[in-house]
Amino acid sequence: MSSDLFIELRNVSFAYGERPVLKNINLRIPRGRLVAIMGGSGSGKTTLLRLISGQYRPQHGEVIVDGKNVATMNSNQLFQHRRRMGMLFQFGALFTDLTVFDNVAFPIREHTRLTENMIRDLVVMKLNAVGLRGTQDLMPAELSGGMARRVALARAIALDPALMLYDEPFTGLDPISLGVIALLIKKLNDALGTTAVMVTHDVHKSLDIVDHVYFVSNGEIIAEGTPDEVRASTSPWVRQFVYGEADGPVHYAYPVNTTLDHDLGLQQGGEHA
Amino acid sequence: MLELFAAPVRKLGHLTINAIWRLGFVSRFLIAILMESGQSFMRFSLVIREVYFAGVLSLIIIIVSGLFVGMVLGLQGYNTLARFGSSDALGALVALSLLRELGPVLAALLFASRSGSAMTAEIGLMKATEQLDAMNIMAVSPIARVVAPRFWAGVISMPILAALFNVMGIFGGYLVGVVMIGLDSGTYWSQMNNSVDLHYDVVNGLIKSLVFGIAVTLIAVFEGYDATPTAAGVSSATTRTVVTSALVILALDFILTAFMF
Repeated sequence: MSSDLFIELRNVSFAYGERPVLKNINLRIPRGRLVAIMGGSGSGKTTLLRLISGQYRPQHGEVIVDGKNVATMNSNQLFQHRRRMGMLFQFGALFTDLTVFDNVAFPIREHTRLTENMIRDLVVMKLNAVGLRGTQDLMPAELSGGMARRVALARAIALDPALMLYDEPFTGLDPISLGVIALLIKKLNDALGTTAVMVTHDVHKSLDIVDHVYFVSNGEIIAEGTPDEVRASTSPWVRQFVYGEADGPVHYAYPVNTTLDHDLGLQQGGEHA
Repeated sequence: MLELFAAPVRKLGHLTINAIWRLGFVSRFLIAILMESGQSFMRFSLVIREVYFAGVLSLIIIIVSGLFVGMVLGLQGYNTLARFGSSDALGALVALSLLRELGPVLAALLFASRSGSAMTAEIGLMKATEQLDAMNIMAVSPIARVVAPRFWAGVISMPILAALFNVMGIFGGYLVGVVMIGLDSGTYWSQMNNSVDLHYDVVNGLIKSLVFGIAVTLIAVFEGYDATPTAAGVSSATTRTVVTSALVILALDFILTAFMF
């Protein structure tokens, strides 16, 4: 593997029980790049993220992160892997019984032996980076959705991770908060030189900030490219997704084997005919 | 005809296999808690915090319930003993009933309803809101950080709460027997003093409450950790905690009583 590559998925397949979710995925993410994985709900993109974080193990294939196969790591190796990783969850996943300060300080206290004074300085710096200095004493319940997401971002970058994972970071945010989060993701990624993977279906905001996009559908990567290539793509699937068309390769109607007349009992010989 | 009998037998078999599977999961979960408890003891403040939530905040319900149970025991005990001219033995009856049976059992049932259900709901909601996942991603074990401190807090709190329940119950019996009915105070206490054996009655009662504490807290943390991460899932896990705890407490009480007394 080239040393320039930070994440590489080779022939990865994953299934929940009998139901296949990812089929023979191959994906390469260079070091320091911000990459988006897009696709409809249930397409398998969050599963991809969980494979990279080591929460799931693939039934087949290799998940290589920084030269190490996550799929074969034991629990100690996984914990070492995760110490170099930050993740922003869909709704922040802040610890509701801790203050903003303690939430951001949590990974620092767990993994370092820094003094409380140094921890305080670090937390203030991280909160300042997301524009929330002064909120240290608030509880998560006192924050708006956008603020909670920013605190979660501050917590995720508390230990300056080499890899950042974003799970639907824009879900449920108003346009202003959404713009703020997108800007922060881009700025922090540039400043920290982190490799980042973002799972999202917010096309337009994501295309403004990412370096590369993978499209996932039915557990397979069906298209990829830079934001400009995506915008210019002639692929019917990509066009349907990017422009939000109701019908196309992804059908509007749920696939059924019967006709509406049949289901309503209007066919010849039906009960109501 | 055969199918008529086969269906319930199949269902019974399915339920039995499920119960055995679940028992296996609980046992493995307990082993995981014990293996990861080192951190809880090294950072004992985490356990102390949970003792406050599980134990200290249960004091009101334990104290008030203990008092009323003792008062009822005093009334009923006096009425029955008086028929046989043995009302002097009221102190012994109240103390032995509480120390051997009612104290540990009722305190454990109250603890399961108040603190056990709260533990299940809290851990279940942490799971539903991805807080446990977030900990895992931060390379922090949720079992070490969330489950083990609560488990040990329950194990520590339960015997103390049961002892307080007993004290309040004995005081309740005193209020009814001595203050309300007018029995001799010295007789009440001396009868109790003569009948109660420290090891046989008091220590065995505390051992019972320790066993109940382990069982109830294990059920509570397991149900929370195993809850389906939805509103309905957390709700049914909380219900399961209270129902399972009650049944396990009563079953264990029978077994322990058979061995101890």
